[in-house]
Amino acid sequence: MGDSEIHKDRMAAKYGIWFFLFTEILFFGGMFLLYSIFRYRNAGAFHIAAAQEDLLLGSINTAVLLTSSFFIASAISAVKRGNNRLAILLQGLTVLLGAVFLVIKYFEWMEKIVRGIYPNSPVLLKLSSGEVLFFGLYYVMTGIHGLHVFIGITVISFMIYFTATGNITRKDYAKLENTGLYWHFVDIVWIYLFPLFYLIT
Amino acid sequence: MEDNASREPYYVNRGKYRGILSWLMSTDHKRIGIQYLIALLTFFWIGVLLGLLIRLSLIMPGKILSQGTYNQVFSVHGIIMIFLFIIPGIPVAFGNFFLPIMIGARDVAFPRLNRFAWWLYLTGAALVALSLFVSGGAPDTGWTFYAPYSIRTQANITMAVSGVFVLGFSSILTGLNFVTTIHRLRAPGMTWFRLPMFVWTVYATGWVQMLATPVLAITLVFIILGRVFGVGFFDPSKGGDPILYEHLFWTYSHPAVYIMVLPAMGVISEVIPVFARKTIFGYKAVAFSAVGIASVGYFVWGHHMFTSGMSDTARIIFSFITFLVAVPSGIKIFNWVATLYKGSIVLDSPLIFALSFIFLFSIGGLTGLIIGALAPNLHLHGTYFIVGHFHYVMFGGAGFAILAALHYWFPKMTGKMYNERPAKIGWLILFVGFNLLYFSMFVLGYEGMPRRYFDYPPEYYTGHLISTIGSWILATGLIIIFTNLIRSAFKGQEAPMNPWGGRGLEWTIPSPPPEENFEEIPVIDKAPYRMDG
Ligand SMILES: [Cu+2]
Repeated sequence: MGDSEIHKDRMAAKYGIWFFLFTEILFFGGMFLLYSIFRYRNAGAFHIAAAQEDLLLGSINTAVLLTSSFFIASAISAVKRGNNRLAILLQGLTVLLGAVFLVIKYFEWMEKIVRGIYPNSPVLLKLSSGEVLFFGLYYVMTGIHGLHVFIGITVISFMIYFTATGNITRKDYAKLENTGLYWHFVDIVWIYLFPLFYLIT
Repeated sequence: MEDNASREPYYVNRGKYRGILSWLMSTDHKRIGIQYLIALLTFFWIGVLLGLLIRLSLIMPGKILSQGTYNQVFSVHGIIMIFLFIIPGIPVAFGNFFLPIMIGARDVAFPRLNRFAWWLYLTGAALVALSLFVSGGAPDTGWTFYAPYSIRTQANITMAVSGVFVLGFSSILTGLNFVTTIHRLRAPGMTWFRLPMFVWTVYATGWVQMLATPVLAITLVFIILGRVFGVGFFDPSKGGDPILYEHLFWTYSHPAVYIMVLPAMGVISEVIPVFARKTIFGYKAVAFSAVGIASVGYFVWGHHMFTSGMSDTARIIFSFITFLVAVPSGIKIFNWVATLYKGSIVLDSPLIFALSFIFLFSIGGLTGLIIGALAPNLHLHGTYFIVGHFHYVMFGGAGFAILAALHYWFPKMTGKMYNERPAKIGWLILFVGFNLLYFSMFVLGYEGMPRRYFDYPPEYYTGHLISTIGSWILATGLIIIFTNLIRSAFKGQEAPMNPWGGRGLEWTIPSPPPEENFEEIPVIDKAPYRMDG
């Protein structure tokens, strides 16, 4: 006793996760704000710089993340139907696709770093300041987003464990539901990042 | 659970952990609140000592501190006082202890998250403390970390800023937890308009914590990335813009003023009805003004940047909204005074601190209007007038409210009574010292003395001397007040359940409260502060 169990309240957990996502929106909002100001001031340079992004890999990653969102949503409805085995499989697929996303991101970053394009690099600093800002924003925003993907993968892995040990059940699945909301949020952020960095050429 | 066993005071060890771990591992909101309180007051005293050192150095420039050290001392004084003491301040200490009790709950909505936020606070504090001693030296940027200097200085900004980031995360989680608690865990019959005023202000503060702190977090991340990876969003040589830093920083840091002051106002609204023996005047006006301050306060940050380069239109709008935000504060002060009017006033120390809050905060608020108006701002910006102003708001406001809360709730938290006489003597000395110390700053600033300067022309010497003497008097008062409290915590008389005749739920349970607070969750059937029965 004295522990949180006595206060278990699914509604409170809902409030909690929505408030948290709300603060996340503001956190990313700071970055989007900077993006819009810098792009407004350097529209031309942003278009030139965006041409260096790999549209194919970016599109694949968009598809990967969208599919993973579908899997986690299906995992939740599987738990609701009491099918924990299917739910484990679907969460596993979500984790797998999250990892695929990060691997693709890694290759995209590496390709640029090999060409000498990374913050503060001599190659980058020779470019116009608009392009310096574009790639600065690119690394910061996709980097922080990637960190969120990584955190999501970790959390979902815990959820798989909970689903397997019977901690998440048909009657009590708030944890998984809230994790799903977080994962959708991470997905939605990417939906905004993708056009801002890949489609503005 | 067997009820007789659980009626022991909350600080009696019953869990599976012993000693210090029984505190650190506890999810009991009261234990967490007490730990916060001890940590906060420790940092407060470190901040006070640094402040005394600044004042001492200013009457003999160069004799005690070198220029560089002086910059570090005032920076660390600010960082500690703002981020480790006054921003977490009342919500984490008194909010944790009393919020669940005041709404008739056994704990907060997420007790383990609460404990996690406390650990984050400790981590953040440790990072800030560590930044003083590792290579590079203590921060010398001021508490505002203005770019581009904060990106270029040799001092160890990265670690200090990471510490503040972690503290911000802790603050967000606390706000989220409290707002959810107030939504979900009110006792039956505890409708929104039966909430004690302290709960309203903690609620409004929780929203400000959630709305504003993420902006600070991302801004600090940009500073860290600028230093570690050379990302130059605020660096003009890389196309960045240092003014953007100021915008982002103040988008948080002005609302942060309300994170400090709103719960302070809540404490005052609790103390005044009890010691005036009258129900609070204009309950709804006081409640809504808290929400009003929280929402309008989000749109005034530009008044910190009138001289930084902004269009005239923007400056006029920011100045106008700054005047608007003074209205709800004025409403509160009016209602407190109206509550006192024709009350049977009992002049005990909690009320004395609350009354000095009203007096000092009014001076802080009114001088805020002087610098919120465009023309005087150009003259007074960056002078000691600003330093005087924000010390009246933060120390005279939030600081005195913490002292009021300490004296008001001390019997409930410790189960002991303190001595009234030393509290009053300490208050008198503190009050005199406070006004000598900070009012001379208004004069100095009006005469043109710039803030943060290490040395000055001889014309300013008298002002600085009076101010420094004031700082010694103030410290004497603080020593008396805290000696009295610490002594009483160990040797004081047993406190009764309701020493002041308060009407809140916290006065219906034993002093100190048992674990889980209530034997049975109470049912509420009337408005708060009703003195008639
Ligand atoms: Cu302000």
